Amino acid sequence: MSEMAEPGLVQPTEKPPAATLGAIGWLRANLFNSVPNTLLTLVALYLIVVLVPPFLRWALVDSDWTAASGKECRTAAGACWAFIGEWYRFILFGRFPYAEQWRPLLVIVVFLAMFLASCDRRLWGRSLIVIWLGGGALALTLMFGGVFGMPYVETALWNGLPLTLILAVFGMLFAFPLAILLALGRRSHMPAVHSLSVAYIELIRGVPLITILFMASVMLPLFLPSGTTIDKLLRAQIAIILFGAAYLAEIIRGGLQAIPKGQYEAADSLGLSYARKMRLVILPQALTTVIPPLVNTFIGTFKDTSLVIIIGLFDLLGTANSSLTDANWRGFYWEAYLFVGLIYWCFCFFMSKYSQYLERDLNKARRR
Amino acid sequence: MTSTATADRAETGKPMIELRAVHKWYGEFHVLKDISLQVGRGERVVVCGPSGSGKSTMIRCINRLEEHQKGQIIVDGIELTSDVKNIEAIRREVGMVFQQFNLFPHLTVLENLTLAPIWVRKMPKKEAEEAAMVYLERVKIPEQAGKYPGQLSGGQQQRVAIARSLCMKPQIMLFDEPTSALDPEMIKEVLDVMVGLAQDGMTMICVTHEMGFARTVADSMIFMDRGEIVEVATPQEFFANPKSERTKLFLSQILAH
Repeated sequence: MSEMAEPGLVQPTEKPPAATLGAIGWLRANLFNSVPNTLLTLVALYLIVVLVPPFLRWALVDSDWTAASGKECRTAAGACWAFIGEWYRFILFGRFPYAEQWRPLLVIVVFLAMFLASCDRRLWGRSLIVIWLGGGALALTLMFGGVFGMPYVETALWNGLPLTLILAVFGMLFAFPLAILLALGRRSHMPAVHSLSVAYIELIRGVPLITILFMASVMLPLFLPSGTTIDKLLRAQIAIILFGAAYLAEIIRGGLQAIPKGQYEAADSLGLSYARKMRLVILPQALTTVIPPLVNTFIGTFKDTSLVIIIGLFDLLGTANSSLTDANWRGFYWEAYLFVGLIYWCFCFFMSKYSQYLERDLNKARRR
Repeated sequence: MTSTATADRAETGKPMIELRAVHKWYGEFHVLKDISLQVGRGERVVVCGPSGSGKSTMIRCINRLEEHQKGQIIVDGIELTSDVKNIEAIRREVGMVFQQFNLFPHLTVLENLTLAPIWVRKMPKKEAEEAAMVYLERVKIPEQAGKYPGQLSGGQQQRVAIARSLCMKPQIMLFDEPTSALDPEMIKEVLDVMVGLAQDGMTMICVTHEMGFARTVADSMIFMDRGEIVEVATPQEFFANPKSERTKLFLSQILAH
């Protein structure tokens, strides 16, 4: 063979070295490309080998799915999924009257439908507000009953997943507009509005949610004239709204600050009023830039609703806890918490994934 | 048709814009010193001067993006005070084009153009879109209507910004260094649009260093330095025969090459 390619002849294309291709190439590039990385890979492999097979054996191989009682179930070496089979309805719906449990089930479906509808950007705007208010009203009607032949159910019996969803959904639904007002208030040039917003935000942010829940449940009744009572669930709901609003307000303020001054000036010079300038020009941009922290707070609020357990409301975690106290089925902590944890995780993971998609999608069109 | 009231108010002969002994301070710093100025209907005024001379601040006072602290500013018969009604009324009649374009990045070009006509002028959406397309034709980029500002070149963005202002059918256009942020090859396309506007009889105040443009369209030149109006003259006089030493120095610096 000649050293140089013949003039007019194309050199045959060569394959890259085998070590940079395929599975081996990928392993070398990603897992073993440096000494620390190689060590980390080995440690991770070791942990996987040590932890995963025993877990799988516990959860699947040795598990008992059919036991009729807790006593029988305890003889199994692995997980007692029969416990979940026996108790899932109680964990999901708690003490809601058994025959009426189709109502909270339907509420869950309504909320899921609302979430799905919210993902469709074509519905954003007025129709989405209608969907949320309508869905919320429908959910409350189903829970309360007292109309259309559905027996009335008091809020103390609203337990489990529907309660968690109600606290979270209404919490965010009402906290969000309040947060926008607070954020705009904090950036206002009017001293009274500004100071009130700052005072509110700093006061609420400086106090743990648990304290606010306690105050709402224990202290508030002391200040009310005797005879008046406010529903305990409503008090907790208001506490969650007020708490969430302070955090959301600070996030939205960050978004507002990221908008260049020129955007305000352009809107002003076109003669847009303050309200229209904010609604049409500033907020759409500000809110888009803060989607990741907003969703972070939504996820946090969703999980924080489990704190209502300390004022005696039985949300999803609360019903799981009480199912564990049954004399016959006592002590299946792992199973109960895994089950509940999985439900929380599904909702949070969905929110997180959707926000990532949304961020990509919104940025695609607007920036090069 | 949309503004019979303003047409009645501004009889011919009365100035469209009048500044009477206007002063402004940024803290202790005296940015505008005793500025008096009259701009008639259809008059084209070019304002130049070294950076920091207060020229941008002056035209930004005319639509109240900056607040003056002393003196009077009267636009189309309405005096600018802290009355929000007056401010919004004046802003509807005064278009402004910025150095940094300031298009709304979350809206398409067409939506940028129709936003204010729909929400401020209460124009039906379809009518606003038709009008917007006429202006996009005029600035020669109708094919970009569906794109977002971030997908356009600087020159195209500035032309969209001009069209956006024109959609409000303003009586007066203010230009705040409209070509200073553009690459050299894009300056001409923007200036061409501005020359076209001037020929149609728009009342214009332009802060710019484009002296060729000033020669072509200006009825009068204003030279500002350190917050004062140093010289007002016709372009012929201004370039051939500047009176003040400061004007001479400035002209020698910008016309040196």
